[in-house]
Amino acid sequence: MELYLIIILVLMILGSIYSLNASDLLSAVISYGIVGFGLVIAFLLLQAPDLAIVQVVVEVATLIIMIAAIKNTQSKIPKMEFKPKIAIYYAITLIAALVFILIFDRATGCLSQFGADTMRMAQPYIDGAQHTKSANLVTGVVFDYRAYDTLGEATVLFTAVIGVLTILRIKGKKEK
Amino acid sequence: MKGMTIIVKKIGQIICPVIFMFGLYIILHGHLTPGGGFAGGVIMAGAFILQILANGNILPNLRKEEEGLEFMESAAILGFLILAGLGLLFSGGVVFFANFLDKGELGKLISGGFIPIENIVVGAEVCAAIATIFIAMVVYKDEEKK
Repeated sequence: MELYLIIILVLMILGSIYSLNASDLLSAVISYGIVGFGLVIAFLLLQAPDLAIVQVVVEVATLIIMIAAIKNTQSKIPKMEFKPKIAIYYAITLIAALVFILIFDRATGCLSQFGADTMRMAQPYIDGAQHTKSANLVTGVVFDYRAYDTLGEATVLFTAVIGVLTILRIKGKKEK
Repeated sequence: MKGMTIIVKKIGQIICPVIFMFGLYIILHGHLTPGGGFAGGVIMAGAFILQILANGNILPNLRKEEEGLEFMESAAILGFLILAGLGLLFSGGVVFFANFLDKGELGKLISGGFIPIENIVVGAEVCAAIATIFIAMVVYKDEEKK
């Protein structure tokens, strides 16, 4: 299973690198879709069907909305010309990434093996099915134990829609 | 936005009710099978988006539909808050989101107290939100041209 995961993760990294270097925005968005759909297969391999369903439908919806947004803009990316100033930025970014990787390596060394402590965290929630009477444990967690978090998520979505409407309401601004 | 050919329109008409029913199924069985309010809501919004993509902006009252969806979204999130407040009321002012309804039997369709109701409310909210964003892009783009 880990081999499949590694293959999919490499594909996702390749897709994101290609989307960074693509010449127009449409192919960048579509190749970025590789990352989302690769994540779906990764979730399925890690036995999380709830997350996989949400990820696949949200990925399709965001791809459509992104393409609809791109059709309203210019699709060509302006070419960047090389200046000596840019080399300094690249160097700073490389040094920051190197430091981050070193600290990340130290930090992950302290953690236990991947997936070793799953049951310690999950056992109270599995027993909780008797309390919430919800056969789907994830829904039991999301809508009963962590319902306040769900209210926050719904509020974030609501705020996002209000923001989109405010930005797109061009005609309402012109009439004033 | 222009519509597509007759083939796409007909296939869209045939397949849209199936997608919508599947979204409803995912929401209503959220406490039994994988999925729930968020996934089912986005699937239901997908049915709307498919219709708009296939038919274009020729649906006469798309602006009215957008206002209805905005109302539905606001009402759904208000309903979610009211559910939370009812939980606070029934538990005697101790627990926000207290599960105050009768919980029933594990594994039945009507069980889990107010978890199915929360699923329905969140599903309506997510469906209205995603569809509103897409319709706003179509409608305001066309208004800008005129």
